[in-house]
Amino acid sequence: MIITMTINGGQRTVEVNTPTSLLNVLRDRLELEGSKQACEQGECGSCSVVLDGELVCSCLVMATDCDGSTLTTVEGLGDEDTLHPVQQALVQAGGVQCGFCTPGFVVAAAALFDEHPHPESDVIKEELAGNICRCTGYGAILRALEELAARP
Amino acid sequence: MTVPTTPDTQTAPASAEQRVNAGIGRSVLRPDGIPKVKGNFAYVSDLQAEGMLHGATARSPFAHARLVSIDLTPALAMNGVKAVIVQDDVPGTAMYGLEHRDQPVLCDGTARYWGEPVAVVAAEDPETAKHAAAAIVMEWEELDTLDDPEEADAIDSVFRRVKVRRGDQDAHGEVVIEGYYEVGTQDQAPLGPEAGLALPDGEGGVDLYGTSQWVHADHEQIVAALGLQPDQIRCHPAGIGGAFGAREDMNLHIHCCLLALVTGRPVKMVYDRAESFAGHVHRHPARMWYRHEANRDGTLVRVQAKLLLDGGAYMSTTGAVIGNATYFAVGPYKVDSVAIDGVGAKTNNPPCGAMRGFGAVQSCFGHETQMDRLAAELAMDPMVLRRLNALQQGDPMSTTGQIITDSLPTVDVMDALVAMPLPDDTDSDNPLHLPGGTGLTTSRSHVRRGVGYGVSIKNIAFSEGFDDYAEARVVLTSVGAEVHTAAIEVGQGLVTVCAQIARSALGLEHVAVVFDDTSSIGSAGSTSASRQTQLTGNAVLEAARRVREMALERIGGDDLTDAGVWRNGELIMSLDALYDAGPIEFTARYRHPATFEADENGQGTLHAGFAIAAHRAVVEVDPELGLIRVVRIDTAQDVGRVLNPQSVIGQIEGGILQGVGLAYMEELVIQKGKILNASFTDYLLPTFLDAPDVEAILIEEPGEWGPFGAKGVGEPPTISSTPAVAAAIRDAVGKPLNRVPILPEHIVGV
Ligand code: FES
Ligand code: FES
Repeated sequence: MIITMTINGGQRTVEVNTPTSLLNVLRDRLELEGSKQACEQGECGSCSVVLDGELVCSCLVMATDCDGSTLTTVEGLGDEDTLHPVQQALVQAGGVQCGFCTPGFVVAAAALFDEHPHPESDVIKEELAGNICRCTGYGAILRALEELAARP
Repeated sequence: MTVPTTPDTQTAPASAEQRVNAGIGRSVLRPDGIPKVKGNFAYVSDLQAEGMLHGATARSPFAHARLVSIDLTPALAMNGVKAVIVQDDVPGTAMYGLEHRDQPVLCDGTARYWGEPVAVVAAEDPETAKHAAAAIVMEWEELDTLDDPEEADAIDSVFRRVKVRRGDQDAHGEVVIEGYYEVGTQDQAPLGPEAGLALPDGEGGVDLYGTSQWVHADHEQIVAALGLQPDQIRCHPAGIGGAFGAREDMNLHIHCCLLALVTGRPVKMVYDRAESFAGHVHRHPARMWYRHEANRDGTLVRVQAKLLLDGGAYMSTTGAVIGNATYFAVGPYKVDSVAIDGVGAKTNNPPCGAMRGFGAVQSCFGHETQMDRLAAELAMDPMVLRRLNALQQGDPMSTTGQIITDSLPTVDVMDALVAMPLPDDTDSDNPLHLPGGTGLTTSRSHVRRGVGYGVSIKNIAFSEGFDDYAEARVVLTSVGAEVHTAAIEVGQGLVTVCAQIARSALGLEHVAVVFDDTSSIGSAGSTSASRQTQLTGNAVLEAARRVREMALERIGGDDLTDAGVWRNGELIMSLDALYDAGPIEFTARYRHPATFEADENGQGTLHAGFAIAAHRAVVEVDPELGLIRVVRIDTAQDVGRVLNPQSVIGQIEGGILQGVGLAYMEELVIQKGKILNASFTDYLLPTFLDAPDVEAILIEEPGEWGPFGAKGVGEPPTISSTPAVAAAIRDAVGKPLNRVPILPEHIVGV
C-alpha cells in the first residue's frame, strides 16, 4: 500500500507492504532516525511523535493507518540554526546524558508547552510520566522545563 | 535541587588556567547536547551502510539442555538469507569472556542459560533475518537446571571464593545482631538497545561500531575468538544509549563481525527489548548472612558474614564483583575482628556481571540494615552509631587491612547529611503526592511517613593487582587542540570533562574531543568503576601540560592562548603559524597507584582509591496496601573536587534513582533460569512520578591522585540510596523487610 503523510511540513510517500509500525517506517524507510526505538511496547516514550495533533508512541501505530496524516517528529522542531525552546532548555540545564530518551522528551514536552505554556511542576511530571529516562533521574529535565514554564 | 553554576573561588585553578572560561570547575555544557536534542546524534542502532545485511539470533529456549540436532536448511532456503552460522563455523578459539574466556561464541552443544545464542543469520532485511532465525529447527534434551546458588555452593560449582580473616578471631562483643538479607536481580536497562554494525574491509578484516564500554577489551576478545591478527579488527567508539555496566561484556559483537566476514557485506544487528534483557549480564542477586558484635557503647567489635552472589552460567566479571562485595562487606566502619566469606556461584541462571556499584551494592544493603538493627538494639540514633564507628583516612580497611591514604571524609559526609533539613510533613491529598499516585487507591489519613539512612564506601578504578591504565593524546591544531581517546562516552559526560581538563591545562578555549578506534590509540580502559574522570582525565591532563610546554619551548614563549604564543605580554606567533611550523602532540599513559592481589586471608593493598556517600530517604507508605512513595532523598557525597557541577549532580540524581528502583521496584523475575518479565511493561523502571526530590551536598576534600583532586562520582549514588529507602520503609511500617526490592506483598504480609 502506498501511504502519503505530511511530515514536518513536507509531503512524504512510501510503499508499505508488510504490517509494520509508523516508527519502523520513519526510521528505516524515511531516514528519520531521531525517533528512537527502545521498547516497542508503548512503555518508554522514546518514539513519541505528534500525529494529527495528538502525542502518540509511534511504535504502537500501524504505518498503514497513517495515510493522509500530518506528523511532527523531533526533526521538525527547531531548525538548522535555532533550537526549539524545549531543546534549548534541556541542553542548558543538563537534561541530556546519553540522550536516547531525549527526542521523545523533546516531542512530548513541546506538545505539552503548546497546550499549556506555563505548566506547574506536577503537570510536567504527570504529562511526561510516559517517557522513561534511565540516566538523569529526571531532575535536570524538570529544572529545564520549570525554567521554561516560568518564562513570561 | 539547585546546581551551582560558578566555580568555588577557593578551589579554582591557578594562574593562566584561571583565564579559561570553559575549563574545570564550571558547568560547561556537553558538546553532544545539541545533536542529541535535535535527534541527529548517531547511536549504533541508527547507523546504516551501503548494501548492509541484517542479523538475527536463534536462542536456547532452555536454561540447561543438550543440543541434540540442529537443522539450518529451512533458514538457508529462505529468500534473502545470505548466511547462517553456528559454533562450528567460528574460526579461532571461538570463546570469549571478560575475566576468563569461558563463553562459546555460539552454543557449543550444551546451552547453559536461557536465551544463549545458538545460531546467527544474516539476511537482506531485518524481518527476513528474524523469520529465518525462527525457522531453524533445534532438537533439545533438557538437563537438570542448577538454579539455586546455595546448591551450587554446596557442590562447589563456583567461579570464585574470597576469604577475609583479620584480627582476633575470638573477639566478642556484648551485643550480637544476626541477620539474613537478599537482593533481587536488577537490570541496567539502558534505554539504547544492544547494536553493532560490522564493515568488512575486503582484506579479511572488519571495522566494528558496537555498543561498548571498553573497545580495547572487545578487540582483544574478538581477535582471539575469530583467530585474526590484531590489525585485522578495528573497534570504533560509537554512540551509546546508556550502559551502567551492561556493555562491559560483549554479546552480538563477534556475531556481527563473523557474519560480515562470511558474507563480505556490512552486517547490522540490533536487539529488541526482550532480547536485550536476555542478551546482557545483570546485577548479581545476593543472599547474605551477617553477624555483628558490638559493645554497649556502640563500638563495633566483630563482623562476620557470608555473601553468596549468583554469577549465572558464565563468569563475566563475577570474580571481581564477589571480590568487591567481600572487601566492602563491612562498609565504611572501623572494626578489628573480621571474618567474611564470599562466594560467586556458577548456575544455569542468566549470567551476571557489572552493574553500577559492582558488588558493593549488595553488601551495603546487608551492612546498613545490620547497623540500623544494632542501633535499635542499643537505643542509639542510627547515624550516631555510624559516626562513632566511622572509618577515616589513615585507618586500616576493616577487611583488607589496607591503610587508607586516599582522602576519606566519612565523618564530614555523615555530618553534612544529618544537618540537612527534613522536608515538612504534608497534608496534600493530591494523588500525585500519595503512594499509588493517580491510581487513587489511598488517602492521606492512611499514609505513614518514614525516614532512613544509608552510608557506603566504594573503590574507584580496578583493584586487586589489575594493570589499570588509560592512554590519551593531545594534539595542537591551527585553531586550538584536540584530545584523542578511545574512552567510551556512554552519556556520563566524559566528553565534556576531558575537554575541560585539557582547556585548563593548555590555557586554550578551543578544544575538541575526538574518539579514536583501537588501531589509532592505546586503551583508555573501561568506562566503569567510576574510573574514567580519574584515569583518562589524568592522561589528558599530563598530555595537555606537555603540549603547552612544547609549544612554549619551541619559540621561547611564556603564555599560550587561542591567539597563539606570547612573550612578555606580546603575541609572538599565531597558533596557525605554530601549527605550520610542525606538529606538536603528546601521548600520555596514566597508571593509578599500584594495587596487589590479596594474601590467603584477604589482606593487602587491594584498592587504588575510595569514595564515600551517604543518603537519607523520606518515604510515605500505605501499610494496608503496601504502596510506597519516595518523597525525597538527601545526600552528601565525597567527590574530591568538582570538575563540572552540572555533570556531578546529573550522576548523583541518576544514580540515586537506580538505587531507589532497586529498593522497591526493579527485579528480573527468574524461574527455572528463565526470565519471566523481559520487557519494559513487566520490568518496572522509575518514571517521572516515582522520582523523589533530591538535595545534594558535595564534599570536596581532594583525592590522592585524581586530576585536580577529583574523584569518580558515578557509582556511590547508587549504593547507599537503596538501604536508605529500605530503612525508611521499615521505619514507616515497623516490619523487618530483609529483601529488596520491597514489594507490596512484603509490606502487607500476605
Ligand atoms: S519504543 Fe515506543 S514507547 Fe518505547
Ligand atoms: S539521557 Fe539516557 S535515557 Fe535519558
